[in-house]
Amino acid sequence: MSLLELRKLNKHFGGLHVTNSVDLALQVGEIHCLIGPNGAGKSTLFRLILGEHHPGSGDILFAGENITALKSFARIHRGLSVKFQVPGVFKGLSVRQNLEIALQSRHRGAELEAEIGRLLSFLGLQSEQAQIAGNLSHGQKQWLEIGMAVSLKPRLLLLDEPTAGMSPEETHVTGEMVQRLNADGMTVLAIEHDMAFVRQVAHRVTVLHLGQVFAQGSIDEIVADERVAAIYLGQAHA
Amino acid sequence: MFRRLEGPQTAGRGPAFWGLFALVLGAALAYPLFSDGYTVGNTVYFFVWVFIALSLCLIWGYGGSLSFGQTAFFGIAGYGYGILTINFGSAYGFTLLALVIAVAIAALFAVLLGYFMFFGRIAGVFLGIVTLAVTLMLERFMAQTAGPEWRIGAARLNGFNGMSAMPPLTIPWPGEPIVLFADVGLYYLVLGLLVFVYLALRILMNSSFGNVIVAIRENPERAEMLGYDIRKYQLITFVIGAALAGLSGVLYTVWGQYITPSSMGMTAAALPLIWVAVGGRSDLTSTVIGTLVVLAAFQALTIYGSQYALVFMGVLLVLTVLIAPNGLVLGLMNWLGRIAARFTQRAG
Repeated sequence: MSLLELRKLNKHFGGLHVTNSVDLALQVGEIHCLIGPNGAGKSTLFRLILGEHHPGSGDILFAGENITALKSFARIHRGLSVKFQVPGVFKGLSVRQNLEIALQSRHRGAELEAEIGRLLSFLGLQSEQAQIAGNLSHGQKQWLEIGMAVSLKPRLLLLDEPTAGMSPEETHVTGEMVQRLNADGMTVLAIEHDMAFVRQVAHRVTVLHLGQVFAQGSIDEIVADERVAAIYLGQAHA
Repeated sequence: MFRRLEGPQTAGRGPAFWGLFALVLGAALAYPLFSDGYTVGNTVYFFVWVFIALSLCLIWGYGGSLSFGQTAFFGIAGYGYGILTINFGSAYGFTLLALVIAVAIAALFAVLLGYFMFFGRIAGVFLGIVTLAVTLMLERFMAQTAGPEWRIGAARLNGFNGMSAMPPLTIPWPGEPIVLFADVGLYYLVLGLLVFVYLALRILMNSSFGNVIVAIRENPERAEMLGYDIRKYQLITFVIGAALAGLSGVLYTVWGQYITPSSMGMTAAALPLIWVAVGGRSDLTSTVIGTLVVLAAFQALTIYGSQYALVFMGVLLVLTVLIAPNGLVLGLMNWLGRIAARFTQRAG
């Protein structure tokens, strides 16, 4: 069953056709990675799904409901959540406050405290909880934002380059986090350039190129596709 | 609810802070006993401005939306009180009702203005420009109402000279009503309102609502992606701030029994920004202290070197931005807090 379905989605910025009749269906429970060269339209596709951009034409269906006209916050209430490409934490507030703000609409009192503790433990940030989020390392900021995104217990988690700027070890830890979330029933759509991460987590991969779906399949099928190597993986592996 | 008097959004916590608070409050309560009526009335004048400073602290310091037009709400409520009381008098406690209605009118105006700004996604410097334009437009409009045709009932708007002769606040009392002229009576009322508003804002800012307001200041996109309709939160904050600025306007009108268009002019609009920036815009206590100190200094300078007072304000703002961008009072409070913590650690 499809959790997210994009139908003939188009987005123009002036004369630039950034998203060109994209059809994409995400199955419940899968980890789906979006890859492609810079400028392929991956982040724009995320912003269309989140309601930050509005499509010129086409439809976005979430759990069977057409959400194309909904505001961003209403889409979040339906069960979407996101971690942005540039870590979008509340830099001037403590790690604990960041998580409290993310959790407070669903939990109160002792339950809220317990949830904060559970998330801090999941993210490995217990000893950093009093630190100002802006002082965390880049990788820790990425994890904190993932924590804020998953605190909403979304049905679909969107991750825009979750391992950007991370060391190989941090990338692997992030992959394990994503796999644990998926094991708990969360569907994941991730934009990623790091092929080690994609190999680690992806059930299916979609390649975007010039705003269109260029190829789709398992990671092995994508890596074996010479056309994909020509436009993207050849550069990524270079 | 009272445990929210302390929290990450407000400086000052623990027995030491609240002990000092009780001491200052006690001194403020006793102050009229040791002072003359004129000086007490002058202190009321200082207190009156703290409400507009707190309104700016809420909208700008906590919410991140720089409003240059708090004086618009100040003026609307001030004129509103004047029009109501000149027309309906002060019998049966009407002045108290007029205070509430005038503040409500300012808040309603903020609902309309704020709706178009926040639901129209106006943010950043443009919010400052729009709010400044509104207050200057109101000032220009009121300044050209000198003719006799500009009246609402018995209340002449009176153009640049402003409106005067509205009755002071009057509390109905068995025997004879209590008239609160600008001395001891008004002092205790304004002090009571100030303490109430300060404590209520502390509770508000340390609540889940306050958390969202601060989150919007830090990163509006992230706040929205946590499921918060940030436009509603911004609008509610703006309306609360407008009501506080309106309260300031009514109390100012009550204090001096006059209100003029210049109260919505450029200088009037700029001064609260300086008080709040110098004190520490992101903290209520720093805002209160900063506003009172700067106002006292400004008044002293106006008396002893009038032409330099506004220049001094400008210099003070520049120095604050350069030396302590988060505010001089807040910087000092944080520094004292660090010293106290170090001292406690050594003692332990």
